[in-house]
This record gives sequence, structure tokens and C-alpha cells, in this order.
Amino acid sequence: MTALFYTGSVRPASSAHWQKWRDGLFGTRLNIFITLATAGFLLWTIPPLFRWILLDATWTGSAKDCAASTGACWAFIGAKIRFILFALYPPELDWRPALTIGLIALLLVITGTPRFWSRHLVLLWIGTVVTVWILMAGTLIGPSVPTGRWGGLALTLLISVVGFACAFPIAVLLALARRSKMAGLRTVSIIFIEVVRGVPMIAILYVAMLLVPMMLPGLSPDAFVRAQIGLTLFVSAYLAEVVRAGLQSVADGQAEAAASLGFGYWTTLRLIILPQALRSVIPALVNLAIGILLNSTLIAVIGIFDLLNAAKNAANDPVWLGFYDESYVFVGVIYFALCYSASRYSLWLERHLRAAK
Amino acid sequence: MRAEQNQSHGWRTKIAAGLVAAATLFTGIAHAGPTLDKIKQRGTIKVGVGTSPGFFAPDGSGKWQGFFVEFGRALAITVFNDPDKVEFTSSSPQQRLPALQSGEFDILLSGVTVTITRAFKLGFHFGPTIFYDGQGLLVNKSLGVTKGSDLDGATIGVQSGTTGELNIADFFRKSGHKFTPVTIEDSNEFLKALESGRVDALTQDASDLALRRTLLKNPDDYILLPERLSKEPLAPAIAAGDDRWLEIVNWTVNATIQAEEFGITKDNIDTFLTSEDPAIKRFLGTDPSLGEAIGLDPKFAYNIVKTLGNYGEIFERTIGKGSPVGFERGYNQPWTQGGLLYSPPFR
Amino acid sequence: MVSGEMSVSGITSKPLPIPGSPKPGIGYFIREWWGSYPITQLAVLIGLIGIFWLMGSNMVHTMHRLGIQPGFAFLSQSANFAIGESLIAYSPSDTFGRAAFVGLLNTGAIAVSGCILATLLGVSLGIARLSGNMLLSGLVRWYIEIIRNTPLLLQLFFWSAVTHALPPPRQAFNPLGILYLSNRGVSIPAFRLHELSLVTLAILVVCIAALFAFYKVRSKRSVRHGIIEFSAMGLLAVLGFGLAFRLSGASVALELPLLRGFNIAGGFNLTPEFAALLIGLVVNSSATIAEIIRSGIQSVPSGQWESARSLGLQPGRIMRLVILPQALRVIVPLMTSSYLDLTKNSSLAVAIGFPDLVSVLNTTANQSGQALEALAIIVVSYLAINLSVSTIMNKYNKRIEQRGFLPR
Repeated sequence: MTALFYTGSVRPASSAHWQKWRDGLFGTRLNIFITLATAGFLLWTIPPLFRWILLDATWTGSAKDCAASTGACWAFIGAKIRFILFALYPPELDWRPALTIGLIALLLVITGTPRFWSRHLVLLWIGTVVTVWILMAGTLIGPSVPTGRWGGLALTLLISVVGFACAFPIAVLLALARRSKMAGLRTVSIIFIEVVRGVPMIAILYVAMLLVPMMLPGLSPDAFVRAQIGLTLFVSAYLAEVVRAGLQSVADGQAEAAASLGFGYWTTLRLIILPQALRSVIPALVNLAIGILLNSTLIAVIGIFDLLNAAKNAANDPVWLGFYDESYVFVGVIYFALCYSASRYSLWLERHLRAAK
Repeated sequence: MRAEQNQSHGWRTKIAAGLVAAATLFTGIAHAGPTLDKIKQRGTIKVGVGTSPGFFAPDGSGKWQGFFVEFGRALAITVFNDPDKVEFTSSSPQQRLPALQSGEFDILLSGVTVTITRAFKLGFHFGPTIFYDGQGLLVNKSLGVTKGSDLDGATIGVQSGTTGELNIADFFRKSGHKFTPVTIEDSNEFLKALESGRVDALTQDASDLALRRTLLKNPDDYILLPERLSKEPLAPAIAAGDDRWLEIVNWTVNATIQAEEFGITKDNIDTFLTSEDPAIKRFLGTDPSLGEAIGLDPKFAYNIVKTLGNYGEIFERTIGKGSPVGFERGYNQPWTQGGLLYSPPFR
Repeated sequence: MVSGEMSVSGITSKPLPIPGSPKPGIGYFIREWWGSYPITQLAVLIGLIGIFWLMGSNMVHTMHRLGIQPGFAFLSQSANFAIGESLIAYSPSDTFGRAAFVGLLNTGAIAVSGCILATLLGVSLGIARLSGNMLLSGLVRWYIEIIRNTPLLLQLFFWSAVTHALPPPRQAFNPLGILYLSNRGVSIPAFRLHELSLVTLAILVVCIAALFAFYKVRSKRSVRHGIIEFSAMGLLAVLGFGLAFRLSGASVALELPLLRGFNIAGGFNLTPEFAALLIGLVVNSSATIAEIIRSGIQSVPSGQWESARSLGLQPGRIMRLVILPQALRVIVPLMTSSYLDLTKNSSLAVAIGFPDLVSVLNTTANQSGQALEALAIIVVSYLAINLSVSTIMNKYNKRIEQRGFLPR
């Protein structure tokens, strides 16, 4: 029991590194037992998995070759990767979703680099969001593609990034309203935030899909746009709470000092309060961004071909029937890579910011 | 802060003005125009389809193909004289009816069964039946089941939001037997449930089951029971309250059926242009008086058959003997050949 | 927008009543509560209500056009569809209302069992994550990373595939001859009570009440022999109840699951859909809970460990008496939100075929056309569940803040 809880209080010097390992693994009878049990579990699970993924896998060929082997069929991914990444998008225009993915990746990398943090970032986000939307829709630049044919990784990234970007201003207003002394605005904000946070995202998507068109006959935007609006409103309620926590962390003196310098309300907010407030909640913002990406898979339930749904449908092709495992593993790795790097980034950033202080 | 307070009076006026504008806009759009105007303004027809190969499925390049899809194209020809001015969106059975109600689709070509409840209580209008089907049961041969009543106590997979969900409950209520339903929305999961043995049988429109059977890993281990639990006439469905749009749908479908009855095909249609038969002249629009009277392109039937072929050709190309699906025509033949397809006269 | 007095971390100019001036009236308090820009606020509020009213009236108009009668009258009509599993008796001839209730109970069953199991698994994982055994903590770390960085829907598909990959009922795993594990779910022996009378139930209630009262009284005095005394009393109570049970003529029969016809009948059956959803939600939440537990325990300054150790306390008791009570202050509020997340996530049942509230109401909306009403029921039910869970957890949190989690 002694060594069961490593609390950080016992920081061994690096010379005692091996000592720590030996104690941890074999120090007590309990630890020996735990080590053996864990090792046994790993030996039981890893080798068959390894065989399936690598040794017995089929890397090239047709569905027949795959059926003959017991391992994974990566040839299937090779044949279907276009569909998984771009889904129903017209194949002759593949460069558009590809460029969309590239632009969004670039946007995220720039946003993640502290050196580029400035007010220009806001313009960059607005610019990128508008650009990728036009790029996907094809307005002005060539044959237009209806949103019904957008899909795959491009759609997943697009809907997440646009959702996050559009939710931001709404969330800031909601957070300010919730902290304001004006009861009317405060009540509206509280009701909105608590209702949206209280119901499952699927319910909000169903409202967007099924009720909105009946409420706005003839005026209602298409299904994808409605899903996008639903996701945006959903995110804005959660984001509002993060922003509110950030606002709370800014010392009152900051605003008072700004007021004494003659700054107006919005100027104070823009130049003094928000930058500090947001900086203090960066880890929460990254977490929320991960949550949005993972939750965006729910739009599959309302029939939109996002990355996960595209992967599922790829395995529904009569020629390549039933390679669900490979399909799911493949997109699982994509989601994992995106989210894991985001969460590692968040940890790095926290350390970096603390060091900068 | 004083300065800002003064500005705020401007804000109040603006908000008030905005509200008035919004109010007029909302009351204005509450009575939206009929479907055809909406479609013409938009430039495409929005069609809700399902996902099963042969009936409706995107091909490798993402273009929708299938039996029902062709009727969507036929509609686009009637309205725009362009088979591509149509936008297909897949919709699960659970969502398709609310989506149509809500105006998300102009028409459902996803194999909706005509029922009186749907017509009166759910606000749908149906075009002519384009596929006559019946609900079947797909079972594993090893169970030794030959008819529905052998399935007492079995677990049966049903797809949610279909008439199948209601029919199977009726079937077992009638016989006094018991069953456990496993209700699955997603079509892939639905099939996997049978393959893994999670359910003893699947119930669904027989044509759909026949298709799904071919998608199983070992199709020969499964059998589609000959018994039919229900009548399933599958027809195009539109939202109630737009007679003109309904008639356009009706006569688009009728045109394909009538063409087959006349023996007019994609290839030989031009030879009929010189026909002296007044019925054929009216049908093909060589006598334009009929088309002008109804406000459509007089040659819409010609255009449809010229581009897509008649009903029989569409059937054979997508789900018939020559296709991978390989269905018999069955009841889906012109009445002149003992089937149920019967187009009212083009007169 | 509009404010001079909207508070951004303290841009406030709260007009305090001047001391010595006449006592402020009720109007003052209303004005003070409503805040600045009263007219603009009112305009925004009226505008929002107006927009909702217009959308509502459009909705009703559309429904009338389609021939659907708005309102909840449909709930008393016959549903005509079957539901795979239900905690109460249900047949297709029952009403839509009862069907919705079946869905609500199913959601409740998933949520309650999910929260309990996720807590057990999450706490164990959280402690294992802090273990000095690097192999174990490393393994748990990767478990947490993988679970937290992939979509829940994907995980549910995985668990659904796993439960479906079990053998069919005729080749079911049948360890010990009493437990069946097949793709129809898990069947375990169940106790069926026969001739259970009100008297027996009353005796049971009395026994439990007596035991509880005894516990309350004893625990106030000493703790030293508390456990032994309490166990003795417990045994006595069980014996007493057993005797009363026999005397009142009730009997209990063990019902074993058996392969009958197509399915395994008898006993208690857990369907694969329920199992897949439960496992998926439990695994998913356990990763979050493990992280909460870890951060909670690590939030307690290490000085606490050292001073407790210098007092000669055993590690287990340090954990129980010193660390956990402090850690719980961090843990409980976070746990509340992960319980709520689990409950809301149970709505993904619709993707793997478990008839939860959302799934049943979805079918209801589809078969009856009453989409607005069905969605209203979903929203209201979830808000009610949320409200009750947060109320219970807030109460618990208050208790912890006041006196730690163990009764002293």
C-alpha cells in the first residue's frame, strides 16, 4: 500500500530513476502482483491486435484478397480513402475539400502559435471561415456544389471550425449578459444557457432538422446550414460558461483603471478585459474545441455525411462489403490524432504561459 | 459613459425598426407559395431518398443511382427539361416523413408505403404507386422456419419509422404469438443484427430484404420466406395541400407507364414522332394542344422517355434481371401483361 | 451594445442609497433589480418573445395545413408499435403516452446504473493512475487518452459490434450452467417471489428502519466496536426477516435461464443493446471521472500527506481521513457535470437500437406526426432529470463542504 499512491511529493532525483522503476514495479508484494497482472493483460491483448493490424493484414489488392486473410484489410482503406475524406463531393472537384482541409489546418496551427497572437487573428478567422465556405459551395469560383454533397473529413473540420468561430461572439454576449446587472438580459441569457446545456445535442439537432422548417416555411435554410446553426448555438452555451469563468478571473482593478483612463465600455472590454479573460481560460477553450470535434459526429444521426458517417457508409459498398472494423479504426485514428495533439498542445501551452509569466 | 448613453437612443430606434421589419417578414412568409414556384425559383427539385443499392445509392463518384432516383430525374425533366436539376438527399425512415412535412424535401422517393393514416393524419399526398411490394421475413435457414407463425417467441429486427414496425406487431397480435422486437434505425446495423445472430429474422419490404440478402456475407445461408405479411404499395409522397405539384408528379410517373404500354422505348421513340395515332400524338406532344392546356412543356413525356426510357427500361436497368439486383417484374408490369401498372389516359 | 452599467469585472456604478435619506420603496428595489436601460431591455425581451410567438404560430399554421391537430391528445391513442425492452408491462395496444413512459424509464435505468458503475470504475482507474506502479499507471493513462480522444458514437459502434459478436443463443457461453452469455444478452438466474404479502413487506420495512435507527444511535457514541455491533444487529435483522418471511407463507424460487425455442427464457436478461450502451457510457465516463479523481487528489497539498504520515497514520487511513475529504470538495461539482453528461449522452441509444426516451419519442413523432410535441416532451424530461440530479448533488456538496464526506 505504501507505494500505491505516487503523490508527487516523493520526487526522486534522476540518479534514483531506476530505483523508482524497480520500487514501482517490484517494491512490494502488491506491486509485484499488479505488475504481473498488467503484463499478463497486455500479453493477452496486444499480440493478436498486432497480428491483425500488421502481420496478417492485406495492404493491396481486392476484396477477394482480403476475404482470404484473417488480418485487417488496409487495401479497403486505400480504395475508399477518397470517399472517407470527401464523401459525396464531386470527384472532379476534389481539390476544393482538400484545400479546405489544408486551410483549416493552417488556421489552427497559426492560432496555436503564441507568437501570432494578436487582434489580427480575429480577421484571419473570419477570412478563413468565409473562404472555406465559398470554396466548398463554389459560389463565384465555378460549378456550385450543394451542401447535401459536402462530406467526410472536410465537412467535419468545417462544421467544427465554423461552429466554434460563430459561437464566439454569441458566447461573449451571453457571458456578459449573464454577469450584467440588467435583470432582463441576465434572465434571457441564463434561460438560454441552462436549457441548451440541459438537453442532449441530439434534441437540438432534431429541433433544427424537424421543427425549424415548419416554423419558417419557405425561409428555412438547407439541412446542413440548420445543423451548423444548431451546433453553433449548442457550442455557444458551453463557450459562454467558459468565457464567464475567464471574465471572473480578471481583477476588478483592471476595469476600474481603464475607466479612470477614460476608456468606454466596449473599448475596455476589447482591449483590456477580453484578452486577459481568454488567456486565463485557454486550456478550457482547447478542451471545448476537442469536445466540439468529437460531438460533431452526432450530425450523422440526422443523415449528414461527416467523417464517421462516411466511414460507415464506405463499408456499405457492395464491392467492399462489411469492412467496418478497418473503416472505424481508420477514422478512430484520425480523431485520436487530432484530439490527442490538441490536448498535448494545451498542456504545452499551459507550461509555456506559466514560464512566460 | 455619458456619450455612450446618448448613442443608445439611436439603438432603441434601430431595434424597434428591426422588430417591425422582422414581424412583417414573418407574417409575410407564413403563407409560402406552392411547391412548383419554390422549385422554379430555387432551380432544383429536392428529393428525399433512402439508401439501398438498386433503389437509391450514390455510385463511386457520388452520383445517385437507382430505381427511385430515376423518377426524381424524370420529375426534373418535366419541370426543367434537365435530368440533373435535382438534388438527392438520403434520409432515414424515421426522419423522412417529418422532413417532408417540414418542407425540407419537395418530394420523397424513398419507398414510402401508402396508408390512410399517412394521408389523413400525417398530411401526405401520394402519387401513383411505382413499386408494388409486400412485407417479408428474412431468416437464417438453419432455424428451419418455413412460415411466419413458426417464429413464436423469436427475436425480430424491425427498422424504426417504417410501416414494418406496425405490421409485425399486428401480425403477432393477430396470431396471439409473442416476439421480441429489436428496433434499429440504421440500415447497416439492421443487417448486421441478422448476420451476427442477434435477431432470428428481419422484417421489411420483401424487395428490400431480397436486396439486403445479397449484401450478407453468406447469402445462401438465409432465406426470404414466401409469405407476405402486408401490402406495401410504394409511391412518391409530397406534403398535402399542393394539388398542382401532385398532378405533376402523377403524370410524370404515368408517362413512363404509358410509354411502356404503347411500346415506346428510349431507342425507338423517334420513330413514333411520325405516328398518326392521335393518342400517341397527344402523348408525345407532337399535338401540342394538350401540353399547352395543362401548362407543361408539351413534349415532357417525350423528353422523359428519350432521356430515361419507359418504366420497363428503368426497372430493368436498375433492379431488373439484367442488373446485379435481379428482380422479377411480378406485379410491376403493365396491366396489359397481367400486372398492376395502369396509367389513366393522356387525353 | 448598450451598457454603461453592465458589469465587466467591476465596471459598476451601483447607486447606493445615501445614508440618512428616506427608506427606499419597493419601486426602488424593482428598478435596482431590473438595472439600467430598462426600455431597451424590455424591447429586447418583447422582441424575443415576439419571434418565438411568430415561429410558434407559423408552426401551428403549418400543422393545420397538413391536417395535424396540435396538442397532446395523441398521447392517449394506441401506439401500435412494439418496444424491445421495458421495465413495465407494455404491448403495442398501449398508448403513445405509456410508450413514452417506457422510454423514460429505460433512460432512467441506463442513467442510474451508468452513473453508479462509472463512479466505481472511474475511482478505481483514478487511483490506479496515481499508482507508483508505472506499468499500471501507464496502461491506465493510455486507456484514458484513447477514450477521451475518440468520439463516443464510434465507441458505441464498437461496443455494439462486440456484443453482437458473442455466439448465438444455441451456442451460448454457459459457464457453471446457470449463466448464459450470448448475442441475445446476458441471462442470469433470478429470484422470483411468490405469495409476497403486505405483511411480509411491512416486516421488511420495520427491520430496515430498526437497523437504521440503531445505526444512528450507536454511531453517535463510540466508533470503536461500532462495526462489530452493527454487523451483529444486521445479522439479527436478516434472521428476523427470514423467519417472518417463512411464517407469512411467502416463498422464493430460483429461476434459472434456459434455452427454450429461439431464445433463452427465464431468469433476468440484460439485452445486448442495453449492455453495449451501458458499457459504452460507463467506459466513456470512467475516463473523465478518473481524471477528476486524479486532479482532486493531486489538488490536496503534499504537505498534508507528510504531516499525516508524521502523525503515524497508515496510508489507507491518510487517504480516507485526510486526503479524500479535502479532495471531494474539488471532485463533487465536477462529478455532477459528468453524471449529467452521461445522462444526456444516453440519448445516443438511438444509434444502436436501445429504446430510450429519445428513440421512443422519435418513433412516436414519426408514426403520429406530432414532432413538436414529442420534442417538447424530450426537452422537458431532460431538464427535469438535470434539475433533480443537480439538486441532489448540490445538497451532497453542501454537506461535504460543511463536514467532510464521512459521518463523524
